[in-house]
Amino acid sequence: MPTDVERWKDEVYGEEIRGHLFEFAEAGWDAIPDEEHDAWFERFKWWGLYHQRKGQESYFMLRIGTPNGVLEPGQLETVAEVADEYARGPADNPEFGAAYCDWTTRQSIQLHWITLEDVPDIFETLEAAGLSTKQACGDSWRNIVGCPVAGKDTHEHVDAWPVAEELHETFKGDDDYANLPRKWKVSVTGCDQGCGQGDINDLAFEPAERDGELGFNVRLGGGLARKEPRFARDVDVWVPEEKVTDVAAAATELFDDYGDRENRYNARMKFLVDEWGAEKVRSVLQEEYVDWELESAGDDLREQYTYNAGGDEHGDHVGVHQQPDGNYYVGLNVLVGRMGVDDVAELAALADEYGSGEVRLTQRQNVVVTDVPEATLDDFLAEPLLENYSPDPHPFMRGSIACTGTEYCSLSIVETKNRQVRYARWLKDNVDVPEGVTDFHVHLSGCTASCAQPQIADVSLRGMKTRKDGEPVEALDVGLGGGLGEHPRFADWVEMRVPADEVPGYIRNLLEAYVAEREERDVPEDRRQRDGDAVEYETFREFVARRDEDALQGLADPEETSYEDPYMHNTKTTWYPYADEDDLDASPAPTDGSGEPLSVDD
Amino acid sequence: MVTRLRLLDDAAWVSVDDTREAGTSEVWPVADSFCSCELTWFVAEAYVEVGADGRRVEARARGHCVTCGEAGTTDWLAVGRVTDDGFEPASGTRGSRRGSPASGCRGEC
Repeated sequence: MPTDVERWKDEVYGEEIRGHLFEFAEAGWDAIPDEEHDAWFERFKWWGLYHQRKGQESYFMLRIGTPNGVLEPGQLETVAEVADEYARGPADNPEFGAAYCDWTTRQSIQLHWITLEDVPDIFETLEAAGLSTKQACGDSWRNIVGCPVAGKDTHEHVDAWPVAEELHETFKGDDDYANLPRKWKVSVTGCDQGCGQGDINDLAFEPAERDGELGFNVRLGGGLARKEPRFARDVDVWVPEEKVTDVAAAATELFDDYGDRENRYNARMKFLVDEWGAEKVRSVLQEEYVDWELESAGDDLREQYTYNAGGDEHGDHVGVHQQPDGNYYVGLNVLVGRMGVDDVAELAALADEYGSGEVRLTQRQNVVVTDVPEATLDDFLAEPLLENYSPDPHPFMRGSIACTGTEYCSLSIVETKNRQVRYARWLKDNVDVPEGVTDFHVHLSGCTASCAQPQIADVSLRGMKTRKDGEPVEALDVGLGGGLGEHPRFADWVEMRVPADEVPGYIRNLLEAYVAEREERDVPEDRRQRDGDAVEYETFREFVARRDEDALQGLADPEETSYEDPYMHNTKTTWYPYADEDDLDASPAPTDGSGEPLSVDD
Repeated sequence: MVTRLRLLDDAAWVSVDDTREAGTSEVWPVADSFCSCELTWFVAEAYVEVGADGRRVEARARGHCVTCGEAGTTDWLAVGRVTDDGFEPASGTRGSRRGSPASGCRGEC
């Protein structure tokens, strides 16, 4: 029996939703029939609009998909203008103000408090600048991710940007691929460091060489959601660059035909790969979806992968790096991926003044300004904006990622972004960074959907609840030792239901245990520095990997400290967690297009 | 009276007549044999099924007891009632029953 979502999609989906969306925008929020809310909100996702959570009715999150995180010259300025004019709600965020932009872990942009009535004007403004919200959400090709400095990287094996661009042009808006069983996440990596995070995508193209020709190996069925994390499986297929789009089409059609449309829990590609195994996936792909002989996998570069691999070589793209053309790209740290609109506008202006105007978004919620000439690099680095968005941040600020959380999201169980800001600041002020550690990833996800990618962090935090002093409080499950690289590894869940105000103390105690118990080892000769230092410490990830569950649980205890958490109550049952009067009954929503409350009986 | 029941948002919400009414994340006291605790303090992580018997809306939820950590799926628990003035969420200690409600929806709809 088809699900309601499938039935709704059969009736109206894809491009045609836009006409209905504009009609509702013209007529106003309350023109959507009450009995059709669930259906339309599901459909609106295809155009990048998520209805915000209970208590925020009539407001939407709007997601702009920027393939590979590339914002071409002028586009960031437009994003700032749209956020400034339209992404203002009835209450301010105490950390970020009244209007801001979120950079996501899929190199996209999210704005909040968008009203339906403003959507046509927003779309017109974005589209005039070459930006779109199309298929940013919903059951279709999502934003294509990749190495954020593709085409500007000295580590490049293949320039993946034209490949990602072609996939974007081909699969966004094509009716044949508009309605899939579930979301379809694609990654293209061109560098030898693994920055595309292909392992956690439904479809991944990773650099590989075959018979002396550069191309990509194909992996399928990765994903993190629902306590069912999977790394993408090697299906033993290599494609030259010119065949990538054809193979992507074939894999999408296979998913379209065989993905489970009767059970959305089971619909993602990872479950089909579980059921079939990689060998069958390959044979069905060969026999039913391509008319040429697929080549077996080539020699990949995975043993060179350093991105989020646990060492200190290349955990992200923050910092100053030379491009092949002699210019520089400068990666700036954006704590939890959120920037106030004035800062976004300033960033756009600086990118224009010092670089080519291009800005790129990373999968660690940071930004990269490209094409800065050496002659003006120091002047750029001296700009006041870089005091808050540093190219050389403290490790605890640098490593922090957080999803949207209960501020807006229906799925989240706990408050996330503001909490993670407070965690990072407290850790910076109160905990010594272990000698030798330059990169320490702490990812906070509000629920099992795993938008903050918690399973691939040194310290993984996932929203939960517990009782403390007899009262229900926000809590986190804590995992350790996850990451990517040649041998990717999901975190081991070690401490469950830790009250949120005891997590910073736990991390402090954990790092003290790491410092006390980590092993020294000889540095391989080819990696020794000129100072002759021949000994190094094992990485945190290695430290975790060589301990069993009991040993990990015995490493550290949660503890109350000077850290104070203002969000311990059930933030999901507020209309907005930071409002002075936060009860659901105090919500002004739903409102009309000008922000005036509507009676629910209207 | 026909009540439209659905599970939405990766089964994080029970939608009653196209309005999200009962969410996950709350900690419910459950008088049941879900775990060995005298009273289970159950945190729902996702709904599994929702159904109605007349005006009474019930659901089965996946989650665990925050006291002992026992994880699993509950029997049918009351999540609220549909009244003439709208939906009224359940409160207090919840009992469970094994029998299925008259109408229902399994999985995300």
